[in-house]
Parts: sequence; C-alpha cells; structure tokens
Amino acid sequence: MAEVEETLKRIQGQKGVQGIIIVNAEGIPIKTTMDNTSTVQYAGLLHQLVLKARSTVRDIDPQNDLTFMRVRSKKNEIMIAPDKDYFLIVIQNPSD
Amino acid sequence: MEIVHVYTKLRSEFGRQCLFSDRPAELLVDVSPDPNLALQFIQKTRRDQAMQASRDMSEHQVNTERFESESRGINHLEGGWPKDINPQEMEQTIRFRKKVEKDEVYINSVLQLGSIMEHCIRQNNAVDIYREYFEDEDEVEENQEPPSAKTINVFSDPNELRRTITDLSWHPDGARKLAAAYSCLEFQKSCRGLSLDSYIWDIENPNKPELTLKPASPLVCLDYNPKDPHTLVGGSYNGQIVYWDTRRGGTPVEVSSVEQSHRDLVYKILWLQSKTGTDAFSASTDGQVLWWDVRRLSEPTDQLVLDPCREGNLDRAFGAVSLEFEPTMPTKFMVGTEQGLVVSCNRKAKTPAEKMVCTYEGHHGPVYALQRNPFFPKNFLTVGDWTARIWSEDIKESSIMWTRYQKSYLSNACWSPVRPPVFFTVKMDGTLDIWDILFKQNDPTLSLKVCDDPLYSLCLQDNGRLLACGSQGGGATLLEVCSGLSTLQKNDKSLLAAMFERETKREKILEARQREIRLKERSRSEQSREEEGGPEVGDDSPHQLITWTEKDFFSLVEAEQRRRSEREGRGQQETAVCEEREEKNETTSAK
Repeated sequence: MAEVEETLKRIQGQKGVQGIIIVNAEGIPIKTTMDNTSTVQYAGLLHQLVLKARSTVRDIDPQNDLTFMRVRSKKNEIMIAPDKDYFLIVIQNPSD
Repeated sequence: MEIVHVYTKLRSEFGRQCLFSDRPAELLVDVSPDPNLALQFIQKTRRDQAMQASRDMSEHQVNTERFESESRGINHLEGGWPKDINPQEMEQTIRFRKKVEKDEVYINSVLQLGSIMEHCIRQNNAVDIYREYFEDEDEVEENQEPPSAKTINVFSDPNELRRTITDLSWHPDGARKLAAAYSCLEFQKSCRGLSLDSYIWDIENPNKPELTLKPASPLVCLDYNPKDPHTLVGGSYNGQIVYWDTRRGGTPVEVSSVEQSHRDLVYKILWLQSKTGTDAFSASTDGQVLWWDVRRLSEPTDQLVLDPCREGNLDRAFGAVSLEFEPTMPTKFMVGTEQGLVVSCNRKAKTPAEKMVCTYEGHHGPVYALQRNPFFPKNFLTVGDWTARIWSEDIKESSIMWTRYQKSYLSNACWSPVRPPVFFTVKMDGTLDIWDILFKQNDPTLSLKVCDDPLYSLCLQDNGRLLACGSQGGGATLLEVCSGLSTLQKNDKSLLAAMFERETKREKILEARQREIRLKERSRSEQSREEEGGPEVGDDSPHQLITWTEKDFFSLVEAEQRRRSEREGRGQQETAVCEEREEKNETTSAK
C-alpha cells in the first residue's frame, strides 16, 4: 500500500506531470489526482481508445500485445500504460 | 551384330508385279443441273459464322451480402460500477475504491505500470522527440543551371527599306507593348523612299505593329510616360520634339516648333518627375539640353548649353549623346557627351554656370549610354568606345571599375532592374552581353549573338526578365533572361555595396597618391627654380635636366656606398665585441 503511494508520488514529482489516473478494467477511476469531471472524461474516453488500440494490435498479429500508448497533442501528452486489469494514465506537459 | 531373319516366299504365291499404264480420261457420269429443282430452294444471304472448338463458358456476377457497420460514440458519464453500488452515493464509491486499493493484483499492477510510466516520462523530459529542427529556413534554391537567355520573338520592320531601331521603350503598365523608334543614323544616307514611321508593337503579335506613329521626320528616340501609359514623347531627326497620345492614333498631338527646337538630331529624350507629369527634357548633339512642357511644345521651358567654359557659348558646346535621370533624385541629372565626357548637372542651380557641377572623363568616344544603378544611385554605368565603365559619383578622376577592351564597339547598356550586379551591353557585332560583376569581372557571364547586324538599342522590362534589343536591320528581338539572372539573390545588395565601396576606396587612395606626387613635383620644381634662380617656368631645358639628374644619381650612389661601408664597419665592430665576450666567458668559466 505504501509502495503504491510512493510510486505515485514519485511520478507526480516528475517535471511537467499534470495528473495521474488509475482506471480499472471496467473504466472506473480508482485513484486520481485531478478533479472529478476531468477524471471521468479521461477515464471514459481513454478506456475505449486503449481497448480499440489493443484489439488493432492483436488483430494484425495475434502474438502481439499493446504495451504502451502515447497520445501527443499540441498542449500536452497523454501516456497510458495498460495492464490486464488496470490502466495507468498520466498527463504530462512536455518540457520545452 | 545384326540379327537377321531371312524368309523366302515364292513369287507365284503372292502374285505378279503391278504394271501401271496411262490411258485417257473417261467420262463416267454427267449430271446436269435441273432448273426446276432450283425453284425449291431459296438462296440464303451470305454471312460469316465463327466457330471455335472449345468448352462453352458463361459469365455470372455475384454480390456478397452487405455488412453494415456503424461507428458510434458513447459519452461516458459514470458507469461500469458493479450492480450493487450506486454511483451517486459517495460512501459506496469510496468504500469500493478502498477495497480495490487493498487488492494484491492492484498493487502489483500499479508498481509495474509505474516503473514503465516513469521511464517514459523521463524520456519525455530528456529529449523532445517532436522538436522541429531547421525550421524557418527558406529553401535556398541553388540555381545550378548555367545562365541562359532565349529569343522569344523578332519584330522586323515591315517596310522594304530597313531602318535602324535607334530607341526602344516598354509600356509602363505591365509591359505588353513595346515602342520602337526607327531612323537611319548613317550620315546623309536617308534616301527618298525611306519611311518615316515608327511603331508600337504588341509583344504577342510580331507580324503587324499595333500602332504606327507618323512623325514629320524619322524618330531617333522615344519614351513612354511612366505616369500616363497612353502618352509618348519622341525626339526626331530634324531636332523637333513630338508628343503622341495613343488613344488618338498615330498622328502626333503636338509638335515643337522648328525654330525653338534643337538644331541637330535629338539623341535622347526622357520624362521628368513633376507634379503635372508633363515635363520632359531632351538632349542633342547641338550642345543643348532643353526642357519641355508637353502641353505647350511651342517653346522650351528651360535650356542648358553644355559649354565647358560655362559661358553658354553654343560654338564651344559639347554635343550630348545620352541623358540620365533618376526619379529618386529629381534635381540632378547627367549628360553623356560626344567627346567622351560625362557631365553631372544640377537642375536647381541659380546661374547657368553652376548648372554643370562636374565632369567625369574616361571614354575615348561618345558616351552612348548612361544609367545609374537602380539600387545604388551613387554609382552609374557608362558605355562608349570599346569598354563599359562603372563610376562612383564621388570619384571624378576615373571610373572605379571597367571592362576589358572588347572586340567591337559597345553601343548601349543598361542595368538590370531586379538584380543589382547585373547589367547588359550590346555591341556592334550583334552580340548581347550579360555581365554579373559579382560572379565574373573579366568576361561577361553570358554572351549571345542576337543577329548579324550591329545592335543599337536595348531596353529591359521592369520585371527584369524580358529585354528587347534593336538592330540596324530594323529587327527588334525580344529575349527572355533565365531566372538566375533575373531574381534577386540573397546577398546581392550587400556584396555589391561592399564591392563598390572597395573600388571607390581604391580609387580614392590612388587619387590621393597622385595628388601627393603632383604636389611633390611641384614643390621640387619650385625648389629647383629657386636654386637656379632663372626665370624659366615649368620644364628646365634638357641639358640642365641631364646635369641635375646626374648629380642626383651620383649623390644617391655615394650615399648608398657610405651606408654600406658604415654597416660593414659596424659589423666588424660587433664581431669584435662578440669575440671579446666569448673570451670573457671562457675565462670566467675557467675560473
């Protein structure tokens, strides 16, 4: 439990990190550092995106699997690390 | 080894040999056609029937069933919660969350994901992989192609007796039209049948001129009004100034009176910058520069006589062959004379004597063309005899740059309105030279033989791409210059400015040196005059010169000898000193 907190704190402390969300397989945000509305929005939209991406990768090559996703936009970068049951979403403002 | 089986059969057992013999044909049956039977049949129309010995096949089309797909989006508000938990209730959701957080799987996942995520975050912070390098750099298109110019059209004189094209002028608006002045400049060669007309050509139609200008005497020069593209002013062979309005046709609207005009042919006429836009000035070999207001051509508004002594004496005046006027400097203008001098004048001078400010000497023959560089108005280009020279206004002794002596006479030149270091010259052997002084100074960058007749006139369009040159045979050739010579390059202006400065400085230094030498000569000649005390002014007689030079020479030689002997003596002394020092060292070391 404390390790989880420590990990999250470490990530939060990195330069440019705006927010962290942990979402479970159903799309429910378990842990978040942002406000509720944005959390729900991010969780819902990104959940679908990751599932689609994963199915795409596996369709092309069934042996393959999605390990990481980065969505770079003009204002920031959304990074999603998917797992079997949970996703870790981090929004970062690239430093430049 | 051959295996042979022999079998025998008696001839009588298989019969006699066949003996064939010929015999004539024998008719056996003759069946003639029965016309009655033919009536039972109808003749079928001939047709072609194709046949092929292959399998019969047929074509079918098949369409699979449509698979309808629809893309839908879902707005996720709040959902996915297990059935027993009410999403609205804070307590239940919090309890659920807490439960999940205690889960083993959760902890392991988060730890693992966390490390991956950290790696990527650090990557982001280290390097921005989407950074644009080399942005905002315009693609410098290096024009590797060699310079070229190609002929587009040739407009030839429609008359039988061809006359020289002595002047060309582009229409100021968009330059679709070209006005050409035709006259015969050879002394006393105008024969009876020579046409007096000059033409305005549309560049799209080389077969027939767009408008014929009919002056009373052939035109030697003409110019379009830059402010009003419908009006033209021209100078004619008999010295009169003629004014046209193209909307009114080819007959001149107004002609200056013969008594008040030039006494000789008008070599150049240019429009001036004025509020009314109706001022022009003309120059002629009679030594006068006259100013006109085209609304009233009965008499000139102003007059300048190019007398070197500034007295207004026409007899001693220089004949003017070219004129130069830059709209950015409206009070100054320059005149090129037959004698090879360029006279710089000030329009606004109070007295006529002050009008001629200074002269530039350099050419051996008449200065046929004179133009300021449109980007560097302090420098101007002149052409006369076999060279083209570039001058700086400040240096009056000589030009700052000049070309080599060419093989034939240069008749006209002009700067490119787009690229500062480029200028064009035409020669009497029919070649057009394009010079780029930043690229090569000894030779033209491009030399094109336009025609076999000598080329007399040259005019460039304002965009720098199209140029027209006129020949003695009455043909105006329209050429297009390649883009490398007609687009402004990045460093042109600065490099050219540096070059002009350098050359100007060089000339200034040379001038200063000349002045010094002259001063020294003068002071020396004054001194020698004092010594000798004779009233001889200027050069001494040869005998005295010789004695004086001898004296000078011997004194110099003696001085040098003395210096040499002194040096040797000093050298010996020094070696002696060294030896002494060595001895001293030896003795001290020995001690």
